[in-house]
Amino acid sequence: MESDPILNLLHSNVTSPLNASEETGEAPVVQIQELSKVYQQGEISIYALNRISLNIAQGEFLTLMGPSGSGKSTLLHIIAGIDRPSSGQCRVQGIDVTKLSESELADWRNQNVGFVFQTFNLLPVLTAFENVELPLLLTRLTSKQRKKQVLTALELVGLADRMGHLPRQLSGGQEQRVAIARALVTDPQLIVADEPTGNLDSNSAHEVLDILQSLCKVAAKTVIVVTHDPKAAAFGSRSVHLEKGELAN
Amino acid sequence: MALPIQYNIRSVLVRWRSTLSTIFGIGLVVAVYVMMQSLAIGLEQSSANTGDPRNLLLMRKGSTAETSSQVTREQFKLLQYLPGLEKDEKGEPLISADTMILITLARRGNQGEANILVRGVTKMGIYLRPQVELIQGRMFEPGRREVIVSQRLAERFEKLGIGETFKTGGHELTVVGWIDGHKSAFDSEIWMDSDDARSLFDRENYSSVLLRADPTRWNEVTNRVESDKRLPLMTISESKYYSDQTATATPIRFLGNFLATAMSIGAVFAAMNTMYASVGSRTREVGTLRVLGFRRRSILIGFLIEGAILAFIGGALGCLLALPINHYSTGTLNFQTFSEVVFEFNITLPLIIKGLVFAVTVGLIGSLFPAIRASRLPVIASLKSL
Repeated sequence: MESDPILNLLHSNVTSPLNASEETGEAPVVQIQELSKVYQQGEISIYALNRISLNIAQGEFLTLMGPSGSGKSTLLHIIAGIDRPSSGQCRVQGIDVTKLSESELADWRNQNVGFVFQTFNLLPVLTAFENVELPLLLTRLTSKQRKKQVLTALELVGLADRMGHLPRQLSGGQEQRVAIARALVTDPQLIVADEPTGNLDSNSAHEVLDILQSLCKVAAKTVIVVTHDPKAAAFGSRSVHLEKGELAN
Repeated sequence: MALPIQYNIRSVLVRWRSTLSTIFGIGLVVAVYVMMQSLAIGLEQSSANTGDPRNLLLMRKGSTAETSSQVTREQFKLLQYLPGLEKDEKGEPLISADTMILITLARRGNQGEANILVRGVTKMGIYLRPQVELIQGRMFEPGRREVIVSQRLAERFEKLGIGETFKTGGHELTVVGWIDGHKSAFDSEIWMDSDDARSLFDRENYSSVLLRADPTRWNEVTNRVESDKRLPLMTISESKYYSDQTATATPIRFLGNFLATAMSIGAVFAAMNTMYASVGSRTREVGTLRVLGFRRRSILIGFLIEGAILAFIGGALGCLLALPINHYSTGTLNFQTFSEVVFEFNITLPLIIKGLVFAVTVGLIGSLFPAIRASRLPVIASLKSL
């Protein structure tokens, strides 16, 4: 299986700059309190999220499940700092992301969150290497340091040999693995994924979830995955269900 | 932090089919701009190139061109003794009186007729104009109704080949040599012996006087001429006389600028259209970049750069389209002398740079609003776009 060398790499990965220190017993990485998101439609208020409180620990692989429109993607977007709540708090590693200005939030996302999208969202004109390098262009790293980090990330997803390929020259599964490499290249504590296997066949989906799971287990990353798929949820260490903007369990 | 430039370049190139018409449109505007300006530059250079910095030209007071000036033989004699007048090895003063006559000649290829300047010139007059070179045939001989003509003129007018004769004012003149004025106003002239010219065309007086004097003593010369009541003449440096004639290029420049401005408005809209389409088809890319941490400003600058790249390619194409016209010889009417002036289109490096800057400006203006739209796209909505 193709993911084996990745797992091996993750297990033997002592020198990787992506290797986070394994600390336990600390405060939760994500602390959500009374979080609401309301859309106003004329006179009617629609609650996408209704007073949600939730803690997510370091190294946790949390899956957010629920029917369409249940608010799971909205919650993910707020945690990741690309959407703002109507009220409530969302602290990630101690920082209340709801209080950051737009440009502060952009910097914060770059340094603290890795994103994986359902549609991969690789830039079609850039090679796998260049796509993974993108977030690093916003850091102070030299091009040599960037190269080293990009190669490590691509090795972790088993695609170092494809770094010169354009997205259209890769399969869906490979594209998503490049997207994962891009998500973890800045060594963020938090990796969020919105339906990462939604566009993949079952083999590729398995590979992708395997990698995400290893990131939690080996590198103590906190991974939050929005999914419809119970098979995907089975990879997580905890599953949270949302319904009509509220926690169901 | 800006987006990587290779991203911008490839994003432009990857849509080459949809951007081709815009590139071509901008190219045409720049080509027209460069051609018209090169015409003006060529015309201006032919004037600015003319004259020896040591020479002074004397004309009747109030005349704006040699053709409308008169200098009598008595006046010419008085001028022989001006202060500061230089002399040649034989001790002859470096001063010459020319007679200017306008004649009409037929253009090649049945393109009508045009006025041509004939300069009746002395040996000294030829000596005082070292930039004129006899390149083929021989010098005219006084008394034999012979002329030497500019080669460029011969290319544009009938019967100016060496050995050929042409008729003017009932007289036949034989072409015995071709001259090259090295892109000066003399490229638009026919030269013959001064006395021949006066007798043939019935002129009692000369038109102008050219002399060489030490420039530091020009004031002395001018003062002497102006204080002598027998000399109703004015002095002007030969170089200045010709550079003043660059005014002929002004309408061409105006027309060139007007055309380019009018066309560039169309090109701006073409660029805007292309860039709006580009932003529209890359909404999700923009959303992704924002999620990765790129700020609005980076997105804005990125799209502006793409507009500039697009326009730069168009500009380069335009310069290439205009290039074949470089050094192409043409003619127009000189509004000072009312004679045909022959000159070359001249595409210079500064003109090419101007053309490219012009193109990039068109691209930047055209991409401004699309870039602003891209930078203001809401992140989540743009991630959901297909």
